[in-house]
Amino acid sequence: MRISCPHCGERDHREFEYLGSAKLLERPDGGDRAAFHDYVFQRKNPTGENAELWQHVMGCSAWLHVVRNITTHEITAVKLARDVKAAAR
Amino acid sequence: MNRFPTGGLIDRDISIPFTFDGQTYTAHPGDTLASALLANGVRLMGRSFKYHRPRGVLTAGSEEPNALMEIGIGADCTPNTRATTQEVYNGMVAQSQNRFPTLKADILAVNDLLSPFLGAGFYYKTFMWPKKFWEAIYEPIIRRAAGLGRLSGQADTADYDKAWAYCDVLIIGGGPAGLMAALTAAKGGAKIILADEDFIIGGRLNSEQTEVDGKHSQRWAAEVATQLAEMPNVRVMTRTTVTGAYDGGTYGAVERVGDHIADAHGAPRQIFWRIVAKHTILAAGATERPIAFPNNDRPGIMLASAVRTYAHRYGVAAGQRVAVFTNNDDGWRTARDLMALGVTVTGLIDARTDVAPDVDCPVFTGAAVVGTGGRLGIERLSVRTSDGSIQQINADCLAVSGGWNPSLHLTGHMGGKPTWREDIAAFVPSPDSIPNLVTVGAANGTFSTLGALKEGMAAAKAALKNLRLKQVRPKVPAADDAQGAVTAFWHVPDVKGRSWLDFQNDVTVKDIAVAHRENFRSVEHMKRYTTLGMATDQGKMSNMGALAVMSALTGQSIPETGTTIFRPPYTPVQMGALGAGAAGKGFAPERLTTSHDWATSRGASMIEVGLWHRASWFPREGETYWRQSCDREVKMVREAVGVCDVSTLGKIDIQGPDAGVFLDRVYTNVFSTLKVGKVRYGLMLREDGMVLDDGTTACIGQNHYVMTTTTGATGPVMSHLEFCAQCLWPELDVTMISVTEQWAQIAVAGPKSRELLAGLIDDISNESFPFMGCGAVSISGVNGRLFRISYSGELAYEIAVPARYGESLMDELVKRAEALGGGVYGMEALNVLRIEKGFLTHAEMDGRVTAADMGMSGMMSTKKDFIGKVSSQRDGLNDPMREQLVGIKPTGAVRQILGGSIMVNVDADPIRENMQGHVTSVCYSPTLDGMIGLAFVKGGHARIGQTIRAVDLLRNVDTLCEIVSPQFHDPEGEKLRG
Ligand SMILES: [Zn+2]
Repeated sequence: MRISCPHCGERDHREFEYLGSAKLLERPDGGDRAAFHDYVFQRKNPTGENAELWQHVMGCSAWLHVVRNITTHEITAVKLARDVKAAAR
Repeated sequence: MNRFPTGGLIDRDISIPFTFDGQTYTAHPGDTLASALLANGVRLMGRSFKYHRPRGVLTAGSEEPNALMEIGIGADCTPNTRATTQEVYNGMVAQSQNRFPTLKADILAVNDLLSPFLGAGFYYKTFMWPKKFWEAIYEPIIRRAAGLGRLSGQADTADYDKAWAYCDVLIIGGGPAGLMAALTAAKGGAKIILADEDFIIGGRLNSEQTEVDGKHSQRWAAEVATQLAEMPNVRVMTRTTVTGAYDGGTYGAVERVGDHIADAHGAPRQIFWRIVAKHTILAAGATERPIAFPNNDRPGIMLASAVRTYAHRYGVAAGQRVAVFTNNDDGWRTARDLMALGVTVTGLIDARTDVAPDVDCPVFTGAAVVGTGGRLGIERLSVRTSDGSIQQINADCLAVSGGWNPSLHLTGHMGGKPTWREDIAAFVPSPDSIPNLVTVGAANGTFSTLGALKEGMAAAKAALKNLRLKQVRPKVPAADDAQGAVTAFWHVPDVKGRSWLDFQNDVTVKDIAVAHRENFRSVEHMKRYTTLGMATDQGKMSNMGALAVMSALTGQSIPETGTTIFRPPYTPVQMGALGAGAAGKGFAPERLTTSHDWATSRGASMIEVGLWHRASWFPREGETYWRQSCDREVKMVREAVGVCDVSTLGKIDIQGPDAGVFLDRVYTNVFSTLKVGKVRYGLMLREDGMVLDDGTTACIGQNHYVMTTTTGATGPVMSHLEFCAQCLWPELDVTMISVTEQWAQIAVAGPKSRELLAGLIDDISNESFPFMGCGAVSISGVNGRLFRISYSGELAYEIAVPARYGESLMDELVKRAEALGGGVYGMEALNVLRIEKGFLTHAEMDGRVTAADMGMSGMMSTKKDFIGKVSSQRDGLNDPMREQLVGIKPTGAVRQILGGSIMVNVDADPIRENMQGHVTSVCYSPTLDGMIGLAFVKGGHARIGQTIRAVDLLRNVDTLCEIVSPQFHDPEGEKLRG
């Protein structure tokens, strides 16, 4: 699998570390326990495209927002997670 | 000698000696071991896996199931090497395998007589009873008798390497299709890699008597290969097998750099390549398939294509009197070619009825071979003619042609299913099985030379178009356009005796029938029941035949019967190549502190902490046991002063206007109020409320902090902080970087530590450096940092200097410590000191504990949000009966406590249901003169003073303990503030 880091260009997947669903960007504000339960533990398991977080640990250490097809491993979009989060604000 | 007087791609001027089973023979450059043995009249090359039947070479390529050899001696010996691909080098030592005592007289051939008991499923049936016989008797005997080559048992001394390559177009296979694709793509300016498993480019062009572009196909191939090699945008990789297709246009490949030479002069033996290609053209050709008939495994029975390869490429006659058995036109070509070379063809047996072979030899159409005879090799065969009569034919070689199987294996590596083509009675790759890969030529079922050339060119043109490169129109050279007619014919029916399908695993047509009868009818079940296709050739020779037999038995078509899934690697890959660069220190790199050499020169015993190597203890004269050194070092710290290299602690430099706010959010406690020149202990949680790590963070300037993490958690903490900064709060203006390697950090601990530093640092007073103070200092002119922090409970400091001064600072500090009655201490003493003080490591913070479990609820700020705050409020995490951190010390007769012991109540059975907790850390405390431990006990905080048992059932230690505070030493902390 090849991931195009916006900083470093296309690199082999072994330079990256996988964290999980990009839902992790959506940390709830405030102290609602139910919201945190959902944020920490609940994940969708879609067939097909899924937004994920990867870190370029053996490169620039940027966290990346990667849209990957779980069935085919095709990667259709890679953005800096920082930008995705900022845009969502 | 069976060498023709002329012809072949061998250098007849040079003779190379080699040995096979102790006998010396000669070969020529260009020979494989198989061609050289055939040239020397050696037909018997191995024994079969299960029945030890004599076997000869069947093929002339990497699909070879029979002629497997041990090459080399001692540690350099490589078993299961295919004689058909191994080039002969000067002095090569080859040995047959799977025989005892010799190849010609193999005692274990008795297995063949036992074959009625060793058929399909014999493992599952025969040895079921009595049960205990399996391990004691059956398995050792079977293991001894069955098996292929032997491993030397010594470590592999050869070098292997790994490498990456990138290209626009990867072309797999250098036959007519691959060469034409390469030529076209290269002329268009694409950066290309042409990989071929053979050592000469050309594929079947080197094996046939045919013309391309008006010249001999061998010459055309050589000329194109030379032309390609001279182009700067082309990399031709011979002896390179593409073994697997992976996501994103990544391919695995093994290049055999040194397997064919006597002395590689330091070059690696093999290189494992990862090739990344924008486009791939698979031109892997096809392999001919055998026909199953009784005793079709006798040495001298070979694929017809192999017979032609040995003749045209190696100038070797596989026999003097050759018979041909075929179901397609290629068989005729074999007969004609051999006769043109002066070989006698004793019979052409064609299974088809409606053909009229134009060959000047005895011809039998509508006929079949129903048996063979000969000792250790074929001497004669029985032919059942179209009228049903049996005719005997003499032959020392039988060339068999059952049609061709496209080499589509790579297209199955990502789950692609092939398509059945009735006209060629074979599977071809389905388009788009691998993204951006196109299959051409024989691999695509296009068997004519001209067709292959055209397809190769078309695929290259399409790739050029996709790459937006120059379009070129090279002329397609003139070539043979015969596709060759074939009628499916898999095995000779209505015969007596065993007809072999899988030569390597000894599976017969009858075994498939047994599998069918016993209802193992799905292809995957049949494979596992009979072991067909499960040897090192992965069924390249046998899968199709078995499918056809099963399809006839079930009455389904072949595509309905199914196809087996091909997985990487295409051919066996040595572990050495796969593991290149990842053995020894490549597997576990060493991280050394700057004082490493200093420590080892003082006789320190080293211990691995993750990848770090740290000094465990420093034995002094007369100390023979680690405890003596450790106890002395602990006392030294408690009574005088000790020095320890603590550089392995993670150090993260955090800066920015929002750094304080950022720390507030990642630590449970408040950091934004920390003044410049102060250090604070902090606790970090995961978002689920469990403890991630602890450590101190110093404010060393306006908006400038230095965080320390535990040695083992540095990576995860750094990653976590980056996640928080980038993914959660990108609006915070904060940056961070690991400076673990940049700073050497040395602890000076003990009542005399201030006295020690007074001589080195101008102002070390309690006013300038109070407990938890920090600041810049100059040490002999070197700018460093001083932190008044303690991991021992004593008055203590940690000094950080740029890493290049680490060793000299260590040496200087230890000299001064020794002058004060102290000295250096290692990890063991450090551990005892922290247990005595109740300080934590990841033995306690094992990912399942909360701050409250560790008695640190007070560190959870109520004034701010922080990572893990909300989740830590979950009901279950606040159950008063959770396991909580306590100290334990023995109170009964048994004075020993073992780490990992389970805790049970005094009268309870030590079983899982009664578990009250577990012991995380133990040590002998010289300060308290006894063993102490840290443990997690259910509701432990409320059970101080109670008695409990620590039980280790494995080591049989059962200790009555008192539950105490985890702070054994100086619980008020007066010493470290002094
Ligand atoms: Zn990057």
